[in-house]
Amino acid sequence: MEKLSSLTPEQITQDLLPKKFGKWGKIWTAILIAICLIGAYAYYRQIRYGLVVTNMRDYVSWGIYISNFVFFVAISLVGSLITAIFRLANIEWATPLTRIAEIIAVSAIVFASLIIIVDMGRPERFMYLFLYGRIQSPIMWDVIVIMTYFCISLLLLYMPLLPDLKILLKFKEKSGNALHKLYRFQGSFWQGTKAQFKISEKAITILCVAIIPVAFSIHTVTSWLFATTYRPGWDSTNFGAYFISGAFLVGAGGVVVAMYIFRKFYHLEKYITELHFDKMGKLLVMLSLLYLYFNINEFMTPAFKMKKSEAGHLNELFSGTYAPMFWFAIIGGLIVPIIGLLFKKGRKPLPMFVIAILVVVCAWFKRYLIVTPTLLHPFMPMQEVPASYHHYFPSWEEWAIAMGSLAGALLIITFFARIYPIIPIQETLTEKNEAEKL
Amino acid sequence: MENKDTSRRDFLLTGILATTAIVAGCSDKKNPFTPEDTVTPSGKKVKLLSVDGEIIEVDEAFLKPVPHVPPVSIDESRRGIAGKKFVMVIDLAKCKNLKKCQSACNHMHQVHSSQNWLKVYAMEDADHTAPYWQPTQCMHCDEPPCVKVCPVDATFKREDGIVLIDNERCIGCRFCMAACPYSSRVFNWEPSDYKPTGDEEKIYSPENSIPQKVGTVSKCDFCPDRHREGKLPYCVEACPNGVFYFGDINEDTVTNGSETFRFSELIKDKAGYKLMEDLGTKPSVYYLPPVNRSFPFENGLENENETDKKLIAK
Ligand code: SF4
Repeated sequence: MEKLSSLTPEQITQDLLPKKFGKWGKIWTAILIAICLIGAYAYYRQIRYGLVVTNMRDYVSWGIYISNFVFFVAISLVGSLITAIFRLANIEWATPLTRIAEIIAVSAIVFASLIIIVDMGRPERFMYLFLYGRIQSPIMWDVIVIMTYFCISLLLLYMPLLPDLKILLKFKEKSGNALHKLYRFQGSFWQGTKAQFKISEKAITILCVAIIPVAFSIHTVTSWLFATTYRPGWDSTNFGAYFISGAFLVGAGGVVVAMYIFRKFYHLEKYITELHFDKMGKLLVMLSLLYLYFNINEFMTPAFKMKKSEAGHLNELFSGTYAPMFWFAIIGGLIVPIIGLLFKKGRKPLPMFVIAILVVVCAWFKRYLIVTPTLLHPFMPMQEVPASYHHYFPSWEEWAIAMGSLAGALLIITFFARIYPIIPIQETLTEKNEAEKL
Repeated sequence: MENKDTSRRDFLLTGILATTAIVAGCSDKKNPFTPEDTVTPSGKKVKLLSVDGEIIEVDEAFLKPVPHVPPVSIDESRRGIAGKKFVMVIDLAKCKNLKKCQSACNHMHQVHSSQNWLKVYAMEDADHTAPYWQPTQCMHCDEPPCVKVCPVDATFKREDGIVLIDNERCIGCRFCMAACPYSSRVFNWEPSDYKPTGDEEKIYSPENSIPQKVGTVSKCDFCPDRHREGKLPYCVEACPNGVFYFGDINEDTVTNGSETFRFSELIKDKAGYKLMEDLGTKPSVYYLPPVNRSFPFENGLENENETDKKLIAK
């Protein structure tokens, strides 16, 4: 932050205003839109021909749609970590990262909900969840907490945006007519009076407190979708904590990736500094250690006993078909970050970026490993089914839809950064003022 | 308490025909004992089992097939048949993997050709123990894990103990499939390839489960539509070896169509057990252990497909 003091408020504002897409921005957006369109076409096929276009069958009845869902819910948890927990703990260096974290949370949760609808055999009956919902089903718990989390996250994104909207309104020539109208619609009631700031401060604090239990719930309940069944590999009391710790890790990884990209393409080196990478790097190490701990808990005790029902599943993970993916996820997603980020050199932006990508990719595969291999180890022997029921590899439609949903989430983030300042302007200014007063 | 008036009795049917006066509320016209419908006794006697579990004889001429009953309403099929509690007993000693049960079930329920509601598993409990054939379908648990997890009440437990699916309610989330430890549920990934013959029931009801509805889950329904007609489930009827016994635990009787037993005695004498009882699901299907077998295990191998044969060989 030292560098900030040399800048005038005008400069800061100019630096942080949303900018038009450059060449790379345009290419990036075009690629994302293309992936989304392919996904949409695949979904059209799925609607038309039914879930038979997927490679899910009676044993593997949940495939990458569900693991993708778990991934989205996991990554969305970071909003609560960086915005709420850090804010309540007065961790100031995180201020420039709050909006990045919050938009990741919102876009991920949007696509988590969409991908669940994609997975349904009868999406047109979605409303039945509200008409006939039974509260004893963990799916209902998930529906309730995800909706709550979405609303709070949206508010946590919106309320700190209000002072920035006021600033944006001053730059009509720069933002153009359409955006100006949007800003006015969203933020013209904000006068920036002391009273308003006070209310907003208070509201944000309340939301920050409220979101923490909700965030823990969404991922705990998501883990219960599995843990409330009898299946080996899912039937675990460790599952809630295992999921939450993994979620914070992948979320933090996601933020680091976004930090690096925004910093590079929006030239925000003065705002997202090496200090931020250093701190986030330490955070990643801590979260990896935590997740490693729960992984050991998750695999160590059943592997020690090797109960008959668990043994097939565990052997398949440790040394069978899924072993390469499993060890890739463990080493790439846990061991590499722990070792790499322990060193100061590893916490420089570029190595951090590479490691964070690895963390996110491994986390995606880890979710796949949580969902699918278990389903291939039912209690009854797998007999009297066509040979294709014995394996699972997603069809192109499934890949296209899953990748389309990931691209869609990235697209929301991209457009958000095009329209709104990705680093809070007002808060940066306030912090600068406060720093100068000291 | 003996009541010799057979026309006033409720019969547990032996799976051939329904008796006359069963149908409550039948009008006078339909009553076979009204003058215009007088029947002359043929002299041929048929053995039937009464509610009290005693064998009684009725003249064949008094037996009339029950006319086709239209499917009951969805509400009715959610409630179940009052006063009943259905059970099944599967005698593993008599099974030789003929799969007649399976083909009858698949055909009558229009199940997709790559799926089965009823599977005959080749089982071997541990190394060096004897293999045996085990027909397995929905266990109609008293603590059904699938019902617990269903978010929209599409799968439910009825008062007669049957677990059914309302395919017009099911949203196809497949949570119940993940929850079921018996892998008894199938998902209609695509429309069934069943070729209609023209005389099957056209109106869907959770009790008849036909036609199969794409995008939803289905499974063995214990044939409640058959009980309403006083008939036994298709699998019970189709098995030439009498492996399946079906009945009502309140009446304490089970029958495979030709033999009838007191349920409690049969379970006691032959040491009946249930599958995965340790999970606490409380199944309604009981098994009699494969002792004193009617057929050697190997006899069943010829009905196995190639993939499964290889699996078994392992
Ligand atoms: S698939 Fe259908 S029956 Fe099964 S839990 Fe979902 S809604 Fe209920």
